Amino acid sequence: MTDIPRRDPRTEWILRNRLHPQYDEVVAANSGPVRGPTGLLRWNPHAVGFVGPNGIKRIDRSAGLTGGAGGLSSRAKRRSAQVEVELPLHRIEQPDFYVAVVVDLAGGRLSGHDKDILGQAHQLVKAMEGEGAVVAIALGEAREATFDTAGADRLVHLTEVHGQPLTGYCPEQKLAVLEAVESELAPRYWLFPDSVHGGADIGSRLAARLGERPAVHAWQVDAEHTVCRGGSQLTDWHRPTARVMLLAEECALPIDETRHEAKSIELSSIPRVTPQIEDLGQVEVDPSKIALAEAEFILSAGNGVRDWHQFHTVATALGATEGASRVAVDDGNMPRFRQVGATGTWVTARVYVAVGISGAIQHMQGIGRCDKVVAINLDDGCDMTKRADLSVIGDSQGILAELLRLAEARQSGTESESPAESTEEERHVA
Amino acid sequence: MSPDSFPNSLSNPDLKVASLISVGQHPKSGRARRASQDARAVELGLKMTGSASRLIHVGGGDETGLRQYLGMGLPEITLLKADGRADAVPILASYLKEQPADIVLSGIHAEQGEASGMVPYLLAEHLGWPIVPRIADIQKVEDGFAEVLQALPRGQRRLLRVQLPFIATVDNAAPDARQYAFGPARRGLMNGVAVYAPVDEARLDWQENPAKPRPKRLNVVKAKSAADRFKAATAKPQGQGGKVIRDGTDREKAEAIMELLIAEGVVR
Repeated sequence: MTDIPRRDPRTEWILRNRLHPQYDEVVAANSGPVRGPTGLLRWNPHAVGFVGPNGIKRIDRSAGLTGGAGGLSSRAKRRSAQVEVELPLHRIEQPDFYVAVVVDLAGGRLSGHDKDILGQAHQLVKAMEGEGAVVAIALGEAREATFDTAGADRLVHLTEVHGQPLTGYCPEQKLAVLEAVESELAPRYWLFPDSVHGGADIGSRLAARLGERPAVHAWQVDAEHTVCRGGSQLTDWHRPTARVMLLAEECALPIDETRHEAKSIELSSIPRVTPQIEDLGQVEVDPSKIALAEAEFILSAGNGVRDWHQFHTVATALGATEGASRVAVDDGNMPRFRQVGATGTWVTARVYVAVGISGAIQHMQGIGRCDKVVAINLDDGCDMTKRADLSVIGDSQGILAELLRLAEARQSGTESESPAESTEEERHVA
Repeated sequence: MSPDSFPNSLSNPDLKVASLISVGQHPKSGRARRASQDARAVELGLKMTGSASRLIHVGGGDETGLRQYLGMGLPEITLLKADGRADAVPILASYLKEQPADIVLSGIHAEQGEASGMVPYLLAEHLGWPIVPRIADIQKVEDGFAEVLQALPRGQRRLLRVQLPFIATVDNAAPDARQYAFGPARRGLMNGVAVYAPVDEARLDWQENPAKPRPKRLNVVKAKSAADRFKAATAKPQGQGGKVIRDGTDREKAEAIMELLIAEGVVR
C-alpha cells in the first residue's frame, strides 16, 4: 500500500447529493476529525446537523439540551459539563473574625432560606474590614447538605452532644452548643433564619441568653443599617444592625459563583445542661385533616387510577394526604379541595407520589415546590416521569396493591423478615 | 352563662394560669381588636382553669382592644400601667415574681409595634423558667409536670413534657378563641396597678415607617451565550432526570418506592 491519498469519485458523488439513499452512511463514515496533509486537524463543517423530512438541513444549536446528533451539540455538551464543576474555591487561611450562621436543616437539607442567610453572611463579611469567615452551625443529621457550594467557610456539624443525639426537640442542648461557639469563636454576627423550623426559636433563646437585642424579621441588612418588618406586616422598623439577627426569607441572594472550604471546627468543650423540656416524640395526626397546601407527604391520583377504593386504602395505610389531578376531580372521583395544580392548591410537600398522572403543565406548576416526586405511570415518556426523582413504569393497580401489602407488613410489625429481604431489595433497585 | 360555669377539665384547682395579652390590630383596617394568638392563649387558659385564669396587660389601657378579652368570660384584667415607650419585660418579670403563676401563656408575636416575639423568651431568661414555643394544647398537668402538644410546621404535632412553672407561646394551630360577648366586655374590670416603668431607650432612635412592599426576586440568568439565554427563557422546568424503573415485577417496583419513602422519613 502506498501513502498517496486516492480519490473515490463515487463517494464524492454521493457526498455531493444529499438526497442519495447512501448519503447518511457516507457522511457518517467521513465525519469526525481528520488529519490533513500538513498534520492539521480538520473538521467537516458539513457533517453538522441533519436533513429534515422536506430536504432542508437542520442544525441543532440547543447546546446539547435535546441530545440531538451532530458534532456541535456534543461538543457544547462537553463544554457545559466542564463549566458545572469549575467553581473557583474561596479560601480563607487565617480568619480575622467569624460570622456565625445557624442553619435549620429542615428534613436534613439546606433550605432556600438557609442558603439566603449564608449569602447574607458573605455580604456582611465583604462589607467589613479584614478577612472574615462564615461559620455554618448545623445541629442534627444532614442529608445531601452541600455546605461547600452553599457558602460555608467553616463548619460546626454536630449530631450528638455528650452522647445524646440532637434529634427531636432539644433547644437547651443546642443553646449550649451555641454558647460554646460564642465563647470559642466570638462571632461578630449571629444570623438565624426567621423560620418555623426552629430557627426563630433557637435565635430568640440565644439573644435572650447573650442579652443582645435581636433584629427580628430583618429583610434588608447591611453593615450599619437594618430594616425589619413589624407586627401584622404593616410597618418597617429602620434600626442599626444588631449582633443577633433573625432574617426573613429572600433577604439576600444565595452564593452561586464560588465554592467554599467547609472546614470542620471541633469545639473543645460544650457545657452540660439538664434539660427541663423532655421530648416525648411526634404524635400521630390524621393525614386527611392536614391542609393540602402544607401536607408533607401527598399521594395524588389522576386519570390512570381505576380502583378508587384501593387508592384510599393505600393513602390511609401509608399515612399520606390525598391529592388529585384535575381530571380525577372533574370526573367526580375526588372532591374539588383535593385538586393539585394551578387551578387547585399549590402544594409544598416533601414527598409527592403521582399515581397515573402524566403531568399537565398546570399540574407541574402546582408541584413546583415539592422536593421528591415519585411517578407511577404506564407511559415512560410523559412529563411527570421527566420531573420525577423516581419513576416506576407499570400498571398502577398492581403496584398500589404491592405497596399496600408492604405498608401493612410494616405496620403489623413483621420486621423480622425484612432485614434479609432488604439486602435483596437494594440489589434489585441498584 | 356566668363566668364560673366553665368546666374545669384539668381538675387541678391549685393551678395558676396567667395569659399575657396585647392589643391587636386588624391586618387590613388597622382597627384595634384582640390579638388572635393572644386570644387563643386566653382560650387555653379558660379551658384549663376556667375563669380563675388571669389576664395581664402592660400598657395604657386601650379600652376597645382589651375589653374584647373580658368579653370572653373573664372578670378582670390586671393592667400594669406604662406608656407606649416602656419596656414590658422588667415590669412583667417583677410582677410575676410577686404574683407567681404556674403557667404563663402568650401569643408568638404582637400584632403591632416591633413584634419581635422576644417578651416570653426574655421573661423565661429573667425568671429561669423553661419556655415552650408554639403550643397547640396542654393535655395534662400532674405532679409538677405538664404534657404540652407543640405545633410543628405541616400540621404535625409533638408531645413535650415540661416542668412547672413554664412559659408557653400559643400557635395559630390552637383551638379558635370563642366569640366575645358585649355585656361581659362592658362589665369586666380593668384593675390598674401603678408600676415602675422604665423607658425602652434603645428603641427611641429607631424609625417606624409604613411597610414598603418587598422587591420580588428576579430570576437572573447568568448565561455566557445566546443559546444558553434562549434555553433559560424557554426550557420547561424539569428534574435532572431521576431513576426510571421499567423492568421487574410489581413487587420490586413497590419496594423501590417504599425504600424512598422510608429514606425520606415520611413512612414511619
